[in-house]
Amino acid sequence: MTTEQLHEVRLHVNGSVHEVRVPARRLLSDALRHDCGLTGTHVGCEHGVCGACTVLVDGAPMRSCLMLAVSAVDAEITTVEGLTEEDGSLSPVQQAFSDCHGLQCGFCTPGFLTTITAGLRETPDPTEDEAREMIAGNLCRCTGYQNIVKSVLRAREIQAEIQGERSRS
Amino acid sequence: MTTKMFGAKVPRVEDQRFLRGQGRYVDDLLTDDPRLLHSAVLRSPHAHARIVDIDVSDVLDVEGVVAVWTWDDLTGPMAEPLPLLIPHPALTHGRTQYALAKDEVNYVGEAIAFVVAVDRYVAEDAVSRIRVDYEYLEPVVGIPAARAAKHAVHADVPDNVGARMEQENGDARAAIAAAPHVLTLDLDVERSACTPMEGRGTVARWDPDTSRLTVWSSTQTSTGVRGCVAAKLGLDLAKVDVVTPDVGGGFGVKINHPWPEELLVPLAAMTLGRPVKFTEDRREHFISSAHERAQHHHVEVGFDDDGRVLGLDVEFWHDHGAYTPYGLIVPIITSTQLLGPYKPANYRVAFESLYTNTVIVTPYRGAGRPQGCFVMERTMDAISTYLGKDRTEVRATNFIQPDEFPYEHGLVFQDGRELTYDSGDYPASLVKLKELVGWDEFEEFRAEMAAQGRKVGIGLACYVEGTGVGPYEGAHVHIETSGRVKVATGLTTQGQGHQTAFAQIVADTLGVRFEDVEITTGDTRRMPYAVGTFASRAAVMSGSAIHLAALRAKEKALRIAAEALEASEDDLEIADGVVSVRGTDASIDLGTVAVLSNPLRYAFDEASKAATQFSIGDPGKPPVAEDDEPGLEGKDFYSPPRSTFANGMHAVIVETDPDTAEIRILKYAVVHDCGNLINPMIVEGQIHGGVAQGVGGALYERMAYDESGQLLNASFMDFLMPYATEVPTSIDIDHLETPSPLNPLGIKGAGEAGVIPSAAVFAAAIEDAEGFPITSMPISPSELFELRLAHADEPHPTV
Amino acid sequence: MKPAPFAYLRPSTLEEALAALAGEQGAKVLAGGQSLVPLLNMRLAAPSMLVDINALPDLGHVRVAEDGVRVGALARHAEVLASAEAAHAQPLLGMALSHVAHPTIRNRGTTVGSIVHADAAAEMPMVLRLLEGSVDVASVRGRRTVPAAELFAGPLESTLGHDEIAVQAFFPGLAPGAGVAFQEIARRHGDYALVGVAAHVETEGDAVTRARLGFVSVSDVPTVVDVTDALDDPAGTALTELEPADDIHATAAYRAHLVRVLAPRVLAAATDHARSRAGEAIHP
Ligand SMILES: Cc1cc2nc3c(=O)[nH]c(=O)nc-3n(C[C@H](O)[C@H](O)[C@H](O)COP(=O)(O)OP(=O)(O)OC[C@H]3O[C@@H](n4cnc5c(N)ncnc54)[C@H](O)[C@@H]3O)c2cc1C
Ligand code: FES
Ligand code: FES
Repeated sequence: MTTEQLHEVRLHVNGSVHEVRVPARRLLSDALRHDCGLTGTHVGCEHGVCGACTVLVDGAPMRSCLMLAVSAVDAEITTVEGLTEEDGSLSPVQQAFSDCHGLQCGFCTPGFLTTITAGLRETPDPTEDEAREMIAGNLCRCTGYQNIVKSVLRAREIQAEIQGERSRS
Repeated sequence: MTTKMFGAKVPRVEDQRFLRGQGRYVDDLLTDDPRLLHSAVLRSPHAHARIVDIDVSDVLDVEGVVAVWTWDDLTGPMAEPLPLLIPHPALTHGRTQYALAKDEVNYVGEAIAFVVAVDRYVAEDAVSRIRVDYEYLEPVVGIPAARAAKHAVHADVPDNVGARMEQENGDARAAIAAAPHVLTLDLDVERSACTPMEGRGTVARWDPDTSRLTVWSSTQTSTGVRGCVAAKLGLDLAKVDVVTPDVGGGFGVKINHPWPEELLVPLAAMTLGRPVKFTEDRREHFISSAHERAQHHHVEVGFDDDGRVLGLDVEFWHDHGAYTPYGLIVPIITSTQLLGPYKPANYRVAFESLYTNTVIVTPYRGAGRPQGCFVMERTMDAISTYLGKDRTEVRATNFIQPDEFPYEHGLVFQDGRELTYDSGDYPASLVKLKELVGWDEFEEFRAEMAAQGRKVGIGLACYVEGTGVGPYEGAHVHIETSGRVKVATGLTTQGQGHQTAFAQIVADTLGVRFEDVEITTGDTRRMPYAVGTFASRAAVMSGSAIHLAALRAKEKALRIAAEALEASEDDLEIADGVVSVRGTDASIDLGTVAVLSNPLRYAFDEASKAATQFSIGDPGKPPVAEDDEPGLEGKDFYSPPRSTFANGMHAVIVETDPDTAEIRILKYAVVHDCGNLINPMIVEGQIHGGVAQGVGGALYERMAYDESGQLLNASFMDFLMPYATEVPTSIDIDHLETPSPLNPLGIKGAGEAGVIPSAAVFAAAIEDAEGFPITSMPISPSELFELRLAHADEPHPTV
Repeated sequence: MKPAPFAYLRPSTLEEALAALAGEQGAKVLAGGQSLVPLLNMRLAAPSMLVDINALPDLGHVRVAEDGVRVGALARHAEVLASAEAAHAQPLLGMALSHVAHPTIRNRGTTVGSIVHADAAAEMPMVLRLLEGSVDVASVRGRRTVPAAELFAGPLESTLGHDEIAVQAFFPGLAPGAGVAFQEIARRHGDYALVGVAAHVETEGDAVTRARLGFVSVSDVPTVVDVTDALDDPAGTALTELEPADDIHATAAYRAHLVRVLAPRVLAAATDHARSRAGEAIHP
């Protein structure tokens, strides 16, 4: 068999540039995990259903298992590793998951965190139904989703608290 | 005084790394090692075939392929069948597969060849170039085909029967014959599977410098994997370390071992001298990891006018798939746990465990209990309907009463011990459940809904769950000179929050700060004696062992501190890591006690300076007394005489759409008794997850095999695991805490409970809404529609 | 589940893309990849080359004009769904798109890609047919417009040549006096429908002058049935042209039953919609 052509790809992830050499078929999920070493993004199905691999592409949640790394060159990608605040503390969404026991084995969690982070930008003050709708495309086998829905609402609260503090100071 | 941690909703310590994307799951390991190789498996496309020839000649041409194995390349124990892990005298015809198929394949997905390459992409390319000649054999799919035995799965197993087993307490058939009322029921449950979000995976590295093999596996038993790897690869146990990293869910499927890849990966790593990784993909998980649940049951029950069960006779047929590596655990659990909280005067149960050309069956959360609960609870409902009695009343009539514990059923449980319940208060649970779900107000609600043209139904189901089975677990507690406490227990963690719950126990027992405790699980380097995480046993077994080990460490700490403080041990107390003499300000840090516990020759830091031979000890005595050891440690094991028995009851209100036959959940209520709760937040999380998994099992998920043994829905697109939109919008939970007398902490187990009554409770509620019997689960709207057609001509029953 | 190898091109002009397609028999267009990449991962498709159109300029539009909505090949489902103007001009777009998968999939998947993919279980091919829209297609051989009625050849098969790129879909706007409705039943929220039915109704005064139903998942190509003369029993008429089939999620009988449940409902809803719009038109 002939040697597979490799492509030089510059991936912009969490504000840094990763230069990787990958074949065209390299899935973005694999490139992030294995070439960039960002193993926080998980792979649960590789056919777009589970959502564990969800990353933000120019701010919008997308399945990294259904994108090719070569096709992601022009995009700014955010993975779970890029969600924490600049000082290293947990983001409101991450903190909310901790407060509400929104995770058990943690495998689905990165996909939920990215999805909700974007979701709260679009719907900053969700009702419980909207919170459920926000996470409705991600599978979790452990939590039964009860505490993930609570986490969405709690994240909204934390965000409001932070904004309150900011506007006061 | 340190605040009590046991029983508190302590946030989980493991969350910090998971939330930052810093968990380390097996596929995350060694990613930056350029020598790491990847693997892929050629799997049988046929359910039943003889392998005539395997041609791998095209494979090694593929650039990037390093090696390929078929059965022909295996030697010694590796060429023998995989172990039959739990032999049983009734399993007269147990069979296990080979790590790579020898002459025959018996299910779609069975491993045939193992390819190692520079990455998974190339490994899959190579797999697609292996050519196999098959001689097609007739497949046996499903329980009816297995029973009919027109074709044999294994030529040397007559009638496809792997095992036949019977147990009886009293004389059930005579009691039924003499009973005033008799009913018979046929009840079926279909196949499903655990489907954790992370599939299986194994990484192995052979270190030639130290001649040691390290295996990381996404398993529920590291000690089990270690034993198998050593035996199969012909290594001394001391040469093999098995470490369980973070695991993305197990639910039972990862307790079976060794999976072929758990042996092939270390074999390849040793042969090639490079680390090797196997990461199962989703399709592989569906067709090569275990399933469970498929059973057909035939029930005869005799009862009196009050609905008291006088005789219960159950026969069932268990589909165990193509092989029996896990023995008869699942059907034995069904046959014993079927009894739930009830005490039929006479009980006989007999089952056959059958071969089919489908994926193997090993325990899936609940492990045979959901089927047993389905059978018993459907029977209770049938009796109630027959007698025109309230369903809760007939159940109450049959309950074991609180003053009857310990209650002996006169049967042998899955662990080979007597089936004896330790404690419980079923009548109290029922009162709570009725209140929680609004049982007595339901008829009013039904009428209200009927007025709007809506159909609703209510159901309940009760279960008892043998938890915390032996043989044992152990723990090692080490108080370091920093005062920090390092604890190891051998069983593994797949999301249960052991690092938190176990630390809570240690904090209380030892009197140290929760933050100072660090728990390690599933690492054979730290605790080589262990069993595994299954059967809701972790909290009971390791929780108890950790408590005992911490007590030992504490004893020693008090002894040394008493000496140092020149006080009596009885006057000492430990809080926040400080030992003090009650009522005085004399005190000593546990860290300092640790220093004193270990006489040193060399000082390497400030603390150790205090422990050198010139600073401590009586020069007239040996530095370490004859009956003592250096170090502030405690190690102990917990091995109970028998299981604890948790229990619970669920109720659900469903709405069935009169037009579309869609099934909606309006209310879900749980009353749960798992003894004392270490961390109620974690227990509730387990219940939530179990209930959701149960909803999946009852209304959405099934393994759809066609007649030729192809699994038609081997993807998340078609295996319908519930999303947030399919589970109840809230789950009302009430706890009862009836402590177990069997262990020092009074805990039972909670891991599996949520899923056990689902099939039963949904069948009951749908039946209640529709007015015709529901005898087969899961049920989809399409099936409900077909049932409506079948029952359309019947007169509408008066409810 | 990793794709087999393929060559890859990410052209920045349409001409380049068309030339590449023309030069490679086994080449395939990569748009959102939400249908194609799962097939690649499962090795159910193994094209020799992918021509990634995501860097092509000027194809991301959702343009609303007098006559209807023009959706460019790179407009994602989410962008079409988010366009209030498009929803106003043709309400069926939003009604149907909100049933296409989950939002995350819609962020990447394109509406044109979905149409070209020609899945009878997908909403948008049916919508294009029901609305009598069309697709503009380009190749090195030139440009053509394919009416929806001529677009679908068979299961997962469009009539586009392997060298053609669909550059734009056209969804005619909703005429005054016309109404639409859509309903579907799926196993899980966001799944492909077990059965989906859309209705397009034209009215004059109180009279229904034309009524058509579009069906998802009850035949192997996107199917539209004219029920103008069967307003009392739209489902009965439709079922003579549909081919509900058994699969692991539903029996054919259940699918037919759902057609019977949904067809009158959506027909009534579309009729109401038409009348309310006619009312609005008269009393603005
Ligand atoms: C989990 C999941 C659930 C889904 N659920 C639904 C659902 O409920 N309903 C539904 O309708 N869809 C569903 N989809 C599919 C989704 O809508 C896809 O986005 C869409 O079908 C294809 O669009 P795409 O841009 O992703 O096309 P691609 O995947 O890139 O391409 C699909 C096919 O069309 C060809 N193609 C694409 N664009 C062009 C073009 N401009 N010119 C010529 N050929 C082209 C490609 O070569 C390929 O053969 C689902 C997908 C996933 C992963
Ligand atoms: S791994 Fe991408 S959606 Fe499941
Ligand atoms: S926490 Fe385990 S899958 Fe969601």
